[in-house]
Amino acid sequence: MSSSPAAPSLALAQPPLNDISLGEKAALTGIGLGFLALLAAAADADAWRARLSLYVALALISGGTLGWSWLKYGRKPAGLQHDNLWLRSSTSRGAVAWITAVVLTGFYVLLYWYSSPDDKGHFGLLNGLVHTLDPFSQLLRRRAADQWFLYGTFYTLAILLMGGRALWKYRHSRYQLIRTGSVMFFQLGFAFVLPGLLLFFQQPEFYFTYFWPLKYDYLLPGTVDYLVKDGQALGVFMVFWGAVMAFLATPVLTYFFGKRWYCSWVCGCGGLAETAGDPYRQLSDKSRAAWRWEVRIIYPVLALIIIVTAAMWLNQVLHGAVLGAAADGLYRFYGFFVGAVFSGVVGVGFYPLMGSRVWCRFGCPMAAYLGLLQKHFSRFRITTNGGQCISCGNCSNVCEMGIDVKQYAQRGEPIVRASCVGCGMCSTACPRGVLNLENGPREGRYAASTLIHADSLRILS
Amino acid sequence: MRLLIIGNGITGVTAALTVRRLQPEAQITLVSDESEQHYSRTALMYVYMGHMRQQDIRPYDDWFWPENRLTLLHATATSLDTQARQVTLSNGQQLPYDKLLLATGSVSRLTGWPGRELRGVQGLYGLPDLARMEQDTHGIKQAVVVGGGLIGVELAEMLHSRGIGVTVLVRDAHYWGSVLPAAEARLVQQQFEHHGITVRYLTELAEIVGNAAGRVQAVRTTAGEELACQWVGLATGVTPNLALAQTSAVETDRGILVDEQLQTNVPDVYAAGDCAQFRQPGRGEVPIEQLWYTGRMQGETVAHTLCGTPTAYRRGVWFNSAKFFHLEYQTYGRVPVQPETGTDSFYWEHPGGRHALRLNFNSAPGHAVTGFNALGLRLRHAVCEQWISNQTPVREVVATLGAANFDPEFYRQHEADIVRRFNQQFPQHAAVLQRRKGLWG
Repeated sequence: MSSSPAAPSLALAQPPLNDISLGEKAALTGIGLGFLALLAAAADADAWRARLSLYVALALISGGTLGWSWLKYGRKPAGLQHDNLWLRSSTSRGAVAWITAVVLTGFYVLLYWYSSPDDKGHFGLLNGLVHTLDPFSQLLRRRAADQWFLYGTFYTLAILLMGGRALWKYRHSRYQLIRTGSVMFFQLGFAFVLPGLLLFFQQPEFYFTYFWPLKYDYLLPGTVDYLVKDGQALGVFMVFWGAVMAFLATPVLTYFFGKRWYCSWVCGCGGLAETAGDPYRQLSDKSRAAWRWEVRIIYPVLALIIIVTAAMWLNQVLHGAVLGAAADGLYRFYGFFVGAVFSGVVGVGFYPLMGSRVWCRFGCPMAAYLGLLQKHFSRFRITTNGGQCISCGNCSNVCEMGIDVKQYAQRGEPIVRASCVGCGMCSTACPRGVLNLENGPREGRYAASTLIHADSLRILS
Repeated sequence: MRLLIIGNGITGVTAALTVRRLQPEAQITLVSDESEQHYSRTALMYVYMGHMRQQDIRPYDDWFWPENRLTLLHATATSLDTQARQVTLSNGQQLPYDKLLLATGSVSRLTGWPGRELRGVQGLYGLPDLARMEQDTHGIKQAVVVGGGLIGVELAEMLHSRGIGVTVLVRDAHYWGSVLPAAEARLVQQQFEHHGITVRYLTELAEIVGNAAGRVQAVRTTAGEELACQWVGLATGVTPNLALAQTSAVETDRGILVDEQLQTNVPDVYAAGDCAQFRQPGRGEVPIEQLWYTGRMQGETVAHTLCGTPTAYRRGVWFNSAKFFHLEYQTYGRVPVQPETGTDSFYWEHPGGRHALRLNFNSAPGHAVTGFNALGLRLRHAVCEQWISNQTPVREVVATLGAANFDPEFYRQHEADIVRRFNQQFPQHAAVLQRRKGLWG
């Protein structure tokens, strides 16, 4: 219960910002022109001109992004650089953020539902862009480009370019440098080049860094059959790899390092969130209500994919005797609502409004699985340093998973949360050296510091 | 028990939470004239710099207060009648109490410089200050900050984030001359330099000069220099807020006078945090403590007394922390500006100037470690505290230094270099580094 304020309103007026240098403006303009050139490439009927537009676009976007990152972060002394984060329209749900969200969401809608090739191999509205990548696709995969190759190329480029930005921005932290390098490496190597090379050598396209239940297809009867028949020895290895990673390596690695070994070091969704999504990490909702929604949604998604998998195998074994078409219906339902709408359209399209980890936090069944392991069967925790917390809130602010980290830190308690992906940003942002990611022994994992409560002998004689 | 707490800062809120835990049936009311809800005063700078919004620096959410049955009143407590056991608020409300805690905090100390009433001259203590700073620094080019302490460097960092040129006037020969040894202060000076902040040492403010509109246009220093500026931040300390106490029979000096149980001269009236002044401070301790941490500890201590277990305040092994631009600082135990007699001091600095460690220890046999200063290194509070309270010999501390390392994974470990330098400087205590922090924790 609060009475009416006795003092005048303290609401802070938000002044227009004037902190973008001329050089930065030039770089940002270059990026904007790059996107225009991309539109030109998409619209141009002439193949050569379209290709030229694409190269110009990529050069402008790449050069602009890296140049802007250097101008913005590289010239200042190394250290945390979060000035004006909440004062800028682009990173505080302002007009720029809404426009970005609409464009991103629109791209995903086009990609998922309006770019499948028709009988003539025409990729809908993305046809022009897809074909500009044909030479590159031939080179890498010995086949023409399709809409998923276009998507993979853009996705990888986003991780590499915005990864460059993250490397500049967080260069004072070796943890962040190595971790950013890791997501860039796994995206480029294992989620782009290697699958392309497999196709080049007439092998099944396979992503060694995605496992069931995130890449649920890999352990469904259809894919398993295809891999074993089509890929022969390599295909058998792929099935074996997928099963071992999902059921053996995941628990073991999570036991030692927490779910971060995957979510913020290897996973492509995590890789995009940590690089392209980094400007939006502070937008995740830290409220208790959001946490309740998270639990209500993510565990049912995990349960659903387990049911889908079981149903598909049951159908396979019983030749559709019991479930019949119901299993396929369930599979298609999951694929549409979770696979496409949730992980793609909402997961990335809403970055500028709801933060970079909407999918990872609310929807990803792999995150749910890893989270259960992390919470109940892991040595990982974030330790708080005695009584040094000042409740400033920087840790909660930068938590992309929406964990209200300071609730633990100000009580001197370690943070053991299923959702924590171990990005380490709370520790990086803490101004008083309070938070540290540790793989300690499981004994005393939840023990709070005795230095913060009056019950401790130190304060009470 | 009807407990009335004046002030919703860290002291008042910690006391309220502790009382709630100890006495679930207590009626607890918190009154504040500054904000509807508790917020982290130490985080004000981050709101100005745009790292967070005002709602992000609240340690607890809206639901927290009603769910824990803590009544919040946003009004000024204007008078206290200890006879009638009643506080009067600015909105006319009369609040009776069984026990009263005064946790009224501080006010900025703006000692009598000519021109301090000019527009654009202020301190930084609370939300109203932040709102004024927001208004008065909008679009300006030059500012002057007076004071070489923690708020001084915070103000410089805040203004710098908006691209405003800053000159800092520091009375002493180096930064935070009353607390930091010169070597550590030099690293802070490097931070000022890297961020393009001008610092004038051994220089004080003489006069603030205004223009015809009543706005500041320059300051004159004691060195006779005139510095043009459109804003002046006075960061020369705070002083206990006695406004309410002075309307009553509660005894005050510089602060509200309390005994070691934080009780004032009036029965059932207590004071804690920034506003309290101990009648008999412990040896080597100051009578008025104005830190977040001490406020929290006093709030917890007084809650036990309020709930019927008289408890003396013991602040234990000293600790504090800060961040100077990009340089983190932690301190444990006693590290005075000059080593005390009977104390030896070891100082290590990384050539890059971004990491340093000081270790103080007794010269007398036993050579117990007495204090740590860490810059750009994170040390484990619990480990340092144990070492100091157990009077651990310095050789053992140096040999097991890795146990106190709280730096993130993959950070460069400096223990080997530190030990080598220590052994060169103190061959009689030469230690062998035993434990290194590894991937397995």
